[in-house]
Amino acid sequence: MSMTTRDWLLTESPSSRMQARLGRSYRVLLALLRNPLAVIGAVIIIALVVLAIFAPWFATHSPYSGQLTNRLQPPSAEFWLGTDELGRDIWSRIVYGARITLMIVLLVAAIAAPLGLVIGAVSGYFGGWTDRILMGITDVFLSMPKLILALAFVAALGPGIENAVIAIAITSWPAYARIARAETLTFRNSEFIAAIRLQGASAMRVILRHILPLCSSSVIIRVTLDMAGIILTAAGLGFLGLGAQPPLPEWGAMISRGRAFILDQWWVATMPGFAIIIVSLGFCFLGDGLRDVLDPKSGGKQ
Amino acid sequence: MSEPLLDVQNLRVRFPTATGPVEVVRGVSFTLGRERLGIVGESGSGKSMTGRSILRLIRKPGEVTADRLRFDGKDLLSISEREMRKVRGARISMVMQDPKFSLNPVMTVGEQIGEALAVHEKLPRRQIRERVLTMLEAVQIRDPERVFGLYPHEVSGGMGQRVMIAMMLIPEPAILIADEPTSALDVSVQGEVLKIIDELITRNGMGLIFISHDLHLVSQFCDRILVMYRGEVVEQCAASELDKASHPYTRGLLASVPQLNETRELLPVLDRSQWETA
Amino acid sequence: MGNGMSAISLKNLDVSYGDTRVVEGVSLEIAEGECFGLVGESGSGKSTVLRAITGLAPDWEGEIDLFGQPRDKSIDKRFAALCQMVFQDPYGSLHPRQTVDATLSEPLAIHGIKDADRRVPEMMEACGLDPRFRFRLPHQLSGGQRQRVAIARALMLKPKILLLDEPTSALDVSVQAEILNLLKRLRREQGLTYVIVTHDLPVVSFLCDRLAVMRQGRIVEVADVAALKTNTMKDPYSRELVEKSTTRITA
Repeated sequence: MSMTTRDWLLTESPSSRMQARLGRSYRVLLALLRNPLAVIGAVIIIALVVLAIFAPWFATHSPYSGQLTNRLQPPSAEFWLGTDELGRDIWSRIVYGARITLMIVLLVAAIAAPLGLVIGAVSGYFGGWTDRILMGITDVFLSMPKLILALAFVAALGPGIENAVIAIAITSWPAYARIARAETLTFRNSEFIAAIRLQGASAMRVILRHILPLCSSSVIIRVTLDMAGIILTAAGLGFLGLGAQPPLPEWGAMISRGRAFILDQWWVATMPGFAIIIVSLGFCFLGDGLRDVLDPKSGGKQ
Repeated sequence: MSEPLLDVQNLRVRFPTATGPVEVVRGVSFTLGRERLGIVGESGSGKSMTGRSILRLIRKPGEVTADRLRFDGKDLLSISEREMRKVRGARISMVMQDPKFSLNPVMTVGEQIGEALAVHEKLPRRQIRERVLTMLEAVQIRDPERVFGLYPHEVSGGMGQRVMIAMMLIPEPAILIADEPTSALDVSVQGEVLKIIDELITRNGMGLIFISHDLHLVSQFCDRILVMYRGEVVEQCAASELDKASHPYTRGLLASVPQLNETRELLPVLDRSQWETA
Repeated sequence: MGNGMSAISLKNLDVSYGDTRVVEGVSLEIAEGECFGLVGESGSGKSTVLRAITGLAPDWEGEIDLFGQPRDKSIDKRFAALCQMVFQDPYGSLHPRQTVDATLSEPLAIHGIKDADRRVPEMMEACGLDPRFRFRLPHQLSGGQRQRVAIARALMLKPKILLLDEPTSALDVSVQAEILNLLKRLRREQGLTYVIVTHDLPVVSFLCDRLAVMRQGRIVEVADVAALKTNTMKDPYSRELVEKSTTRITA
């Protein structure tokens, strides 16, 4: 049975659009599974998603209330990763913090990637003055350090997790616009784009249906690799008190609070730090794996 | 003919794929003397792979085996990579299809040609320069002094290919492998380039392996022809006797080319089932 | 000009890329149903003439009329339905991420034509493409099959004029024969007008009725294909070109 499903998916001559599409996804999946680092990355990200969705089941205590009698306890059977200065269980806070991290990452990706893609593709396709103006704006954003720019936006918009997301998104699209533009330039004069234009397709249609799908894999790879940076920026903002506000269990904010006890109660700052490192690594591994599978330029023909 | 320059017996090139190993060259045998040997075939026939495997240029995971691959008393498959480097370029050189991809864009033409000489022979700079200029003249470049200082993007396709030939021939190799050397060029330039190759080959008494998809071109230019199909040699004959070719593939290929005074309503199409055994 | 209207009429066409003028003062009348060959060496401007007609090289002056209608420099749907082009490189002219089905349906979708599920298999059959290829990606097809897809795509909108830019020069000779036969049959069946750009004179001899020889952006000679077959072209350059294509090695 499983053999026949596999054959159906891998056939050279699919008999419907659906089968062709499923078969292609299956091939990408197979190629990903052959890459050990990508598998590790994917496992970490899936674990993060599962933790976030089922946080109440994984948390052993409440993330918000603790007993002051239990404050600053070291890791033990009761408190797996110890407790913080208000007696809250750090493991449970990290589990709930996964929700915040995941939300930040998804929102930033959902805002920044499409924005960058469209601006880059439009800029590359039309060229001339459109290109100069759009890329000028992009360069202005690129020329400022990400964290400082995000800081400025948060300062203007007011602290809070939503504003942190907006600020990070605003600072990360220019990189995607650059990639999308570079990719678009390589296709712009290709014969298949000329052929589609000759069919009478509008510029809008050429960009949306024919150019964007070709840029998107490079951008997806870059976004995945950038996730680590996004998490770190969010944590940085949290650390500076400009991101998630107490008592939200945001990982960066948790490190910031634990800083006061770093010498005597190392686990308060270290445990959320580990969480950040592991998730960042997960995204990096997955991004590298995706690059091997999706990037046509790496020469890996599947 | 005395001892052949190159003796190839049962050459095989294999590539592993998801569905098991695929043989792209399947038991090719030939010898090459001081002559012009043409290897003709369509894409996927294994003709280029044959040329590359002689110089051990097949990249991993590709695998080359042969009962015999002898050149100059050496077995090319068993010598070390270090010894191979001495053969490659100095004793056997290769001209590829497109000069644009084979020339280093940040070195001048003269430097690149000289480089080939500097690697294999230790010569003073002045002497290298002189040899390069003579070589440029030999490939009929009119003002070698000027071309010496040009960068690859500043020369035309035909001139680029002449530069490539100069680069490959300056160490005076015993064998030149030319893989579609004129396919990227205009018909008018093609003739000149072929003429240059021909003159230099004859003058230096070299062996030439001329790899091409163009049966007519090869039959005009070479002494002997191997026709390859699906990794095998299906026909071997003297170039002058091509019209007496016996294999249906060769005959089909010859017939399917339109003529200048074409009168046929439709061109005959190859019927591969005629000689392919499932 | 008599009563028959020209399918394509070029008057004093100049085309430039940036500051360099690539085509100068080209005038041609191509009748409906004719197959016209444009030959010359690379850089002679023969492809540029096609690109000017399509609007892909918009920097031109002079007059281009299609069936008596003056052509402006844009590419609109009306033009797309009248005139299509097949490119040289079957590896570069198909979108690498789109199946044959998507490639062939796209022109219909652009023009709001609904019955893709009937028309796509029909056109595939007309172009000699196995129905099993419908949902394959270009990299799963051979060069000849890809060129068939490119021809099918150009014919999806039932144009009257087909511009062919070196349609077989990237293909193996045995595959070239198949594509040339296909082009000949399609022209007869659908009453198409062809303009074919090529450096390969035997291809012109097989396919065309008339030809023009171009050199350095200008037309040197317009001749009947019979003159090519008998090597009785008037201009010395044309004869030189014919000479070179028969005996390539002047040793």
